[in-house]
Amino acid sequence: MYRYDAIDKSILTDRSNEFRHQVSRRLAGDMTEDQFKPLRLMNGLYLQLHAYMLRVAIPYGALSSNQLRRLAWIGRTYDKGYGHFTTRTNIQFHWIKLRDAPDILDALAEADLHAIQTSGNCIRNTTTDPYAGATADEADDPRVWSEAIRQWSTIHPEFSYLPRKFKIAVTAAPEDRTAAKVHDVGLQLRRARDGQLGFEVMVGGGLGRTPYIGQTIREHLPVRHLLSYLTAILRVYNRLGRRDNIYKARIKILVASLGAEEFGRQVEAEWAQIDHDKVDLPDTELARIRGAFSRLDFEALPAISPLFDATRKADQGFARFARNNLKPHKAPGYTIVNISLKPPGGVPGDCSSEQMDVVADLAERFGHDEIRVTHEQNLVLPHVRLDDVPEVYAALNAAGLATPNISLASDIIACPGLDYCALANARAIPVAQAIAARFAEPELAQKVGELKIKISGCINACGHHHVGHIGILGVDKKGEEYYQLTLGGSGAEDARLGDVLGPALAYDQVAPAIDALVDAFLKERQGGERFLDTYLRVGLTPFKAAVYADAH
Amino acid sequence: MLIKLHDHHVETAEDAFVVLEADEPAPAQGPVLVSLARFQADGDAWLSAGRKVGVVLQPDEPVEGLAYDLPRLSLVALTFPKFRDGRAYSAAALLRERYGFTGEVRAVGDVLREQAHFMVRCGFDAFEPSDGSTPEQWARSAFRFHHVYQAAADDRAPAFLEREGAGSASPPRSV
Repeated sequence: MYRYDAIDKSILTDRSNEFRHQVSRRLAGDMTEDQFKPLRLMNGLYLQLHAYMLRVAIPYGALSSNQLRRLAWIGRTYDKGYGHFTTRTNIQFHWIKLRDAPDILDALAEADLHAIQTSGNCIRNTTTDPYAGATADEADDPRVWSEAIRQWSTIHPEFSYLPRKFKIAVTAAPEDRTAAKVHDVGLQLRRARDGQLGFEVMVGGGLGRTPYIGQTIREHLPVRHLLSYLTAILRVYNRLGRRDNIYKARIKILVASLGAEEFGRQVEAEWAQIDHDKVDLPDTELARIRGAFSRLDFEALPAISPLFDATRKADQGFARFARNNLKPHKAPGYTIVNISLKPPGGVPGDCSSEQMDVVADLAERFGHDEIRVTHEQNLVLPHVRLDDVPEVYAALNAAGLATPNISLASDIIACPGLDYCALANARAIPVAQAIAARFAEPELAQKVGELKIKISGCINACGHHHVGHIGILGVDKKGEEYYQLTLGGSGAEDARLGDVLGPALAYDQVAPAIDALVDAFLKERQGGERFLDTYLRVGLTPFKAAVYADAH
Repeated sequence: MLIKLHDHHVETAEDAFVVLEADEPAPAQGPVLVSLARFQADGDAWLSAGRKVGVVLQPDEPVEGLAYDLPRLSLVALTFPKFRDGRAYSAAALLRERYGFTGEVRAVGDVLREQAHFMVRCGFDAFEPSDGSTPEQWARSAFRFHHVYQAAADDRAPAFLEREGAGSASPPRSV
């Protein structure tokens, strides 16, 4: 993976010193909270319901063992012994004191970590495929381009005071594991017929109050022009995006009001006038970055591991884990290990410092020192030998990290909700826990198969409910928590916004309603259909009947 | 107070320009700084009289509207109605990079030292800080970073060019 050189490190140090200085001015009263707010936000520091929350960037979701251990240490030293992995593949610590923040940033910088641009109206952490460099189906390694974007977007002089936050996702595989189409900019890497690598550039996707699926403004942008083209997009947005209403300030609103075609035309006109050579990375720099990600040290192994197969036959728990949490690796004899942070009764995305240390040790011993964070709030060991999986599984199991539910009904995305967040209308975590409890019986979860349930505690949609196969949105009805259900959303390559099922349900009706939906699905299902497939085939009617018949 | 940047030095400067409000009569001589509308009304007369003229642009007045006048202008002042309103950064970058404007580009309005780094990199070379910043404070904030990642309107070499200059001293790293 990419390791920071002297220049990268120097920028982190300078940034950390700058923030230390700003915090001391704030604590001394030389700055108002209004003036300080955007500065702390650009360093990832939010003021939440109970305390400051520090959001640490995990650029494109990639961590070394050393870095994960440092995060564990921060959780132990400055928080209550855990951290929370987010849908932006970052990590949040929820119990931070303002006066500790500069020391934390220094401690992070020692491990090449930082909180730069994890908040504020700037270009946020770029996300990519958690299986990058491990999956056989990618056209190129998307981390190369994510790192190029990381450098370009860091402390960008022109784009640090945008109308609103700005999120970019890069994917290089036909199976989109990044939700690229619901990003401000989604980049899909592909090879053209002539073999040339290019990006399909999609803009204006997003969730929140006004959800949109991104629209393509360029079918094939030659990869070397990525940064100059992004500059053109950001410049048009910075100049024309609305600043009078924060709910209409995202680029999706600009794209929708101009129309994607007109927006694309303006971007192309701007791009034509930009000095590309000044902005785009030279081949030497791209080669340097690419070199940092190339791995040639996979062992030549047989595709089959007798130990792995024997363990699978002997141990039902292992077999279930292997079935749901392992994904095919491009190198024979290797596999991708997904670590679920959605145990029954747990908080989606939470991970204790002890668990982080366990994962870091496993990555170091068995996983080429690499860990990834997924936008579905799980972890990944991308390169593990099949021979080593039984030992990795045993260690994960001992640490409560072997929940075999990747992409199943209990692998739920939920925002922090009313338990932590000042914006929320309703609780999200207890709803997730109640639903997960119903699928704790592995046979049922397995029978239902892939089912993505996503829960947001308010219309800001941090839990991505619009793109859940089943989406759940917390709303406030005269001071009571109610929940609006949507069906048929998807954040993947088949991206689509969910359809409203019917009237909102009371808190204690939600979990029974999910049961009713699943029962209706099992009745309607044909062959190996996923919930989503069945819904798209039969529509709302049987589901509506099931839930609202049940409710009466 | 007016602060100017010359060859990486930041110092206080006398403001030679008189700011004219909408219908305020112009003084008999000397440089004037006016709104775009006033410039469109009276600019030609002042310029033909050999006076220095500056224009204050609001964020919703695109720099493109000044394209043909720029060679005759001594100063373009770009307004930050709130420090969070970042449109003037793009305006400054366009003035310098697209139109090759070599006159003064001044930041006016809600101008805070925390933004100094961004302003200098986008091509601003004069500042009216609204937070009482001294030139020393301004310079510290503007030049805090020893390295930068992007090419911008200033003359700083981005990291990728610095690395190129280092040649084989910084080989690709891999684990």
